[in-house]
Amino acid sequence: MNQNPTSQTSYEPGNYVTINIGPSHPSMHGTLRIAAVTDGETIVKADPEIGYLHRGVEKLGENLTYHQFIPITDRLNYCSAIPNNVSYEMAVEKLMGIEVPEKAQLIRVIMMELARIADHQVCIGILGVDLGAFTPFFYLIIQREEIYEIFEWFNGARLTNTFGRIGGVDADLPDDFEQRWEELKPGVRKANDETEKLLTHNRIWMDRTIGISAFSAEDALNWGFTGPCLRACGVKRDLRIDEPCCMYDKFKFEVPVGKNGDVFDRYIVRMIEMEESLKIIDQAYKLYKEMPPDAPLMARVPKVIKPPAGEVYSALESPNGELGFFVKSDGSANPYRIRIRPPCYMMFQALPELAEGEMVADLIACISSLNIIAGELDR
Amino acid sequence: MDLKNRVEQCLGPKNFVVAMTECQGDLSVEVPKRSVVDVMRLLRNTPDLGFNFLSDLLGVDNLDLNKPKKKPKKKTEEGEGAETEEEPKDKGPSPPRYEVVYLLLCLERNERLQVKVRVEENDMEVDTLTPVWKAADWPEREVFDMFGIRFKGHPNLKRLLMWDDFPAHPLRKDYPLEGQGEERHLIYDD
Repeated sequence: MNQNPTSQTSYEPGNYVTINIGPSHPSMHGTLRIAAVTDGETIVKADPEIGYLHRGVEKLGENLTYHQFIPITDRLNYCSAIPNNVSYEMAVEKLMGIEVPEKAQLIRVIMMELARIADHQVCIGILGVDLGAFTPFFYLIIQREEIYEIFEWFNGARLTNTFGRIGGVDADLPDDFEQRWEELKPGVRKANDETEKLLTHNRIWMDRTIGISAFSAEDALNWGFTGPCLRACGVKRDLRIDEPCCMYDKFKFEVPVGKNGDVFDRYIVRMIEMEESLKIIDQAYKLYKEMPPDAPLMARVPKVIKPPAGEVYSALESPNGELGFFVKSDGSANPYRIRIRPPCYMMFQALPELAEGEMVADLIACISSLNIIAGELDR
Repeated sequence: MDLKNRVEQCLGPKNFVVAMTECQGDLSVEVPKRSVVDVMRLLRNTPDLGFNFLSDLLGVDNLDLNKPKKKPKKKTEEGEGAETEEEPKDKGPSPPRYEVVYLLLCLERNERLQVKVRVEENDMEVDTLTPVWKAADWPEREVFDMFGIRFKGHPNLKRLLMWDDFPAHPLRKDYPLEGQGEERHLIYDD
């Protein structure tokens, strides 16, 4: 921490300068605005303002049918749309009491873990760019593009996948998935290795990330942190293990845990998670191959989805953290209320505490490492 | 002992339980509005409950649930047919106009609990939860923004997603989907 002038509470002009970072700024991920009161280059108070990408997703959901809402969920976290789709589908399935066939669950796991790798690659790549390390971005983004090609070949879209249906998935994995997967795996590993060689023990990288915007586990839980940012603080919490859905309890994988909760720990946790995701996909595909080829992909679902009146909350571990959907039904064909619990929404509100006493350039690193996605922040 | 009994045991003696419902395994407990902060502290600090994580906080507008259900007739060529009103079924007391729902989580046992508070139109104020969980900060601002429910004692109760002088509360059921033609007038200070 630098010299901390936060004990002073008055921000008289002359002592402090307020700078507006965003809403349209290359280092703001999407459209965020931060009004930062600075003393020289040190941040005294950072006040985030959101809502520039607010599209009324929750209101839209109340006026669509249950199936029509799936494409809208693509537009939440647009870096990894598949966990959004699956999380919403799971909430409706829970409301209706539908049991999804195992084969469909395995396809969901495979696709979600691919999305997790892609999301972490973008996050780390952009974090590097924001800190001036441009090369790892290219290594990672090339591999991300390979993953997006698998998505495109599987369901026709790179980013807005609209994956799955309520009650299962609509299509089986294509026959040559194994071949494409075996081609993809070494590439991802190689890109990760190269990134790690370039960044992890790099003196400049360490200086720019270690100890920056460190957060204690207690504070993180108080502020509602989830996902890699919470694990970086030393809390071993992963919904894939703690509240397993989609057969996650059948796979063996490690949950990396950090210590200081700073930018470096968040980066390392994400790096290890990518490797673990590769392992999960291998195990899931092995289980998938043991399934009979004509195993069902969809549960028995009525054509018009009318869940019984009630309200449920269902969450899964998206790449950013706990992504939850609260769905309330009144028994009609439209959801009565849909509430999305985006993971980075809870983390971004802690920004004043995270950025206090840091330099302006470190604020950018902090925002990058939280992986703020404006689409799910503003909904 | 299952969660329902434990919650009952913890909140029951102080008359904090108004109603308890269960939907697909999700337990929800309705508590009196004036004692919501006490309830949350109790739920967090009781050892065999230990709900130490606020997962989310949201508002619900029950306006359409209170309406008698309409059955649209088949559309005739002249336009929309007349709508007939069904007799409202007697299902006990009608739900309140608004609800604030708190989604709690116990990290040790991985148990979830929904806590609900009724908010009627004549008294749109709920005590803030920010002293208990800082995570309630933005969700409470959003509920204020979207439903107009005020949180007493909130440190910075401003609109979150809509702009400051937006005249309505968009997630209310009587607000039209396409908006009411509000325009944002940019005001530059200084």
